[in-house]
Amino acid sequence: MNTFTYYPGCTLRTKAKDLDTYARSSAEALGISLVEPENWQCCGGAYTTAKDEIATKLSAVRTLNSAKEAGQPLITVCSACHNVIKQTNYDISHDEDMAAKVNNYLKLDEAYTGETTVYHYLEMLRDVVGFDNLKKKVVNSFKGKKIAAYYGCLLLRPSKALAMDDPENPTIMEDFIKAIGGTPVIYAQRNECCGGYITMEDKAQATKRSAKVMNSAQEQGADMIITACPLCLYNLKKNSGSELPVYYFTELLAEALGVKEAGNE
Amino acid sequence: MNNNLKEQVLRSSGVNVLKCMRCGKCSGTCPSYDEMEYHPHQFVYMVEKGDIETLMESKSIYKCLTCFACVERCPRGVEPAKVVEAVRLATIRKQGNNHLIPDAIPEMLDEDLPQQAIVTAFRKYTK
Ligand code: SF4
Ligand code: SF4
Repeated sequence: MNTFTYYPGCTLRTKAKDLDTYARSSAEALGISLVEPENWQCCGGAYTTAKDEIATKLSAVRTLNSAKEAGQPLITVCSACHNVIKQTNYDISHDEDMAAKVNNYLKLDEAYTGETTVYHYLEMLRDVVGFDNLKKKVVNSFKGKKIAAYYGCLLLRPSKALAMDDPENPTIMEDFIKAIGGTPVIYAQRNECCGGYITMEDKAQATKRSAKVMNSAQEQGADMIITACPLCLYNLKKNSGSELPVYYFTELLAEALGVKEAGNE
Repeated sequence: MNNNLKEQVLRSSGVNVLKCMRCGKCSGTCPSYDEMEYHPHQFVYMVEKGDIETLMESKSIYKCLTCFACVERCPRGVEPAKVVEAVRLATIRKQGNNHLIPDAIPEMLDEDLPQQAIVTAFRKYTK
């Protein structure tokens, strides 16, 4: 059995419980064990790129270090957590000055300098389970469904730190859609930002951006959109004015594996 | 021209503004282009000139979506979003300059708004 440290993050514990419960029940069905570290803290939701910001990076480093101490790779599901944690890990491995400041602060038994391997849940499906193996475990196929993958901004960029997929021509979500029997829909806005981050600052802008994403998917004939990001889900559903259904990819995964009910217990 | 502020923004962002060749690609790909008074390539150029205060006072610093499109697509690896963030930090670090007031938050909430939106707004707009 493959064992991973699993970081849910604040939103999966509250407004995005579906993203979390379906991720857990599906992992179990796939023979992946997810262990949640005891005292994790919120990652902060957005990575602070500034070099003179240290305090805002500490919670992500603590999470990375708890995986290191457990001797396990780290798994994230929420796109924002994934982005913050991977950028932190990249910078702490490439910026000695930042690593020194962070470690002076944390006073860990052993300094943390980027040792942990971080996977997004989708990367775990691709690189650990394998999409071919996933395909064999599907009991409810999405055959005939046209599904639009929404990467948004956080899953892929900056690619030198996230190293998940080709940032301009990604395939990981489309390969996932194929593995569960669906037909992927390619559309222009799939890796452009929906404006979710600005929803509290400028709702009109969030509406404009999210409508653009939804219309782009609809024009290409999508029956539904899937995402890994709670804020995208909220923004696309609530602000865009579009009726196109939006789901977490983990919900489709659980459905395909026949463990959706288990996730809802 | 304010050399102290320029120094601070350069140090904080870690960006070498001299690498910019002013192709405008960052601004062309920016999803906030229409909402910004100054666009990503102008941030880079104005920091090079030391015209930081104009940027610090512009609403543009709150319009960046932190989508990293300009970072990914700049052919010179300039990373304009880091400059935008450094200027925003220079503004909100000043006493009394928080852009998000906690008292204003309850009104913005609705039952579906994810925590992620709130923690991010705090991280981006307050010190
Ligand atoms: S894309 Fe890069 S090189 Fe081109 S204007 Fe923007 S910062 Fe300068
Ligand atoms: S990170 Fe900000 S400045 Fe850069 S493209 Fe996105 S919204 Fe525009």
